[in-house]
Amino acid sequence: MSEHASKQYDLDLGSIRSRVLAMGGLVESQIRHALDALASGDVKLCEEVVAADHRVNAMEVALDGDCSQLIVRRQPAAGDLRMIFAITKTVTDLERIGDEAQKIARMAKNIQERGGGAYAQPMVQVRHAAEAAISMLQRTLDAFARLDVDTAREVIRDDAGVDTEFRSILRQLITFMMEDPRTISTALDIIWVAKAIERIGDHAKNMAEYVIYIVEGTDVRHTQAP
Amino acid sequence: MSAPETMINELVTKAEVHDLNFYYGDFRALKGIAMPVHERRVTALIGPSGCGKSTFLRCFNRMHDLYPGNRYEGRIVLHPENTDLLAREVDPIEVRMRIGMVFQKPNPFPKTVFENVAYGLRVRGEGSRRRIEEKVEQALHDAALWDEVKDRLYQPAYNLSGGQQQRLCIARALATDPELLLFDEPTSALDPIATASIEELMHDLKQRVTILIVTHNMQQAARVSDFTAYMYLGELIEFGVTDDLFIKPKMKQTEDYITGRFG
Repeated sequence: MSEHASKQYDLDLGSIRSRVLAMGGLVESQIRHALDALASGDVKLCEEVVAADHRVNAMEVALDGDCSQLIVRRQPAAGDLRMIFAITKTVTDLERIGDEAQKIARMAKNIQERGGGAYAQPMVQVRHAAEAAISMLQRTLDAFARLDVDTAREVIRDDAGVDTEFRSILRQLITFMMEDPRTISTALDIIWVAKAIERIGDHAKNMAEYVIYIVEGTDVRHTQAP
Repeated sequence: MSAPETMINELVTKAEVHDLNFYYGDFRALKGIAMPVHERRVTALIGPSGCGKSTFLRCFNRMHDLYPGNRYEGRIVLHPENTDLLAREVDPIEVRMRIGMVFQKPNPFPKTVFENVAYGLRVRGEGSRRRIEEKVEQALHDAALWDEVKDRLYQPAYNLSGGQQQRLCIARALATDPELLLFDEPTSALDPIATASIEELMHDLKQRVTILIVTHNMQQAARVSDFTAYMYLGELIEFGVTDDLFIKPKMKQTEDYITGRFG
């Protein structure tokens, strides 16, 4: 997109956009650390992830404030309006992803404190689902940075895969619990982790929908064909 | 948000502009403009200075006739009678009775408040004092000015504030029951409060009259209009429902202008 007659407008908008990407990067590292903690049983790392969530929250508040300022000062229209509108929604989804990462870290700590156990098979699947969700998040951030609707549409389609993985993990853990009630507590924690991953996929999908809205001006939420 | 479909379906065309060209001597200021003006809706004309939006507005009441060398081509057809406003045989004075105009700066006559509004009626030949009084009161009510001036109808109009003077000019335009009201940047000389009252008034007036407004203030166009036309260098670049045009314009030129990327 060409430049505004006001250079300051370009700078303000550019700064907001790059900070959305920085927030996305922070959120992604939160998920990765939470998953590493889950795999390694590193309780300290769990606690660090939980403690770092406030940074994600602070970025949400700061970005929302800057968006309000830009709306008041510039009265954005058309593509700029759609951009700012989408950013405020994207920031909300990113903050929720941060909460999910925090949830995974809490569950990892619970599991570890309960003494872990033999959950290798579902854990592999959890890791697999998590990689798919992280890839969705990365690609949706790329799509946002480059205003690339093809990638955004790909992310939206991929959400179904993460949902399927979640249901498969759920079925597997139900079998565990039926076979041995002593596994219930930990199996439930793993289900919460899987659910958090499934939600991360949903938030990434939402963000991809906003990218389409920015570029094409069409709202593809709650429709069949993005 | 798009205009509700029912609103679109209920649209009646008040005027149609067909291939309108306008020349100031040799200079072609308007180039093949074609668009509808919908009845009892507000249509905003926007565009950078010199794009021809005021020139276009002034064609509707034949303001350009006042200067030699000006020339119209094409037609502006006023419904329901299908009168071509630009036809030679159409009397511009008669046109101006049906099409009122309000200018950038309030321009009351150096007369009393009452006489300002009564003027058009007298020009039209209304002789009954009682009829004139009724009409003046009605027009002042319609312009949301009555309560403020009812006790000083016979004082000079210049004693009113800027915003009141502008509403007086609107009352003056309304007194002759126009079908179309033309506003040429009606609030650019007013403060935000007076601007808001004029905008509110436009909202009320469109229940009865069709409004065309030229404005430099895009937020104003977005606030008051149902339809917006973007003009550039004498051409109509885009015409559409205001809600759509300000969120997702079809033309890149429109987008650049309304987002402030116009260099």
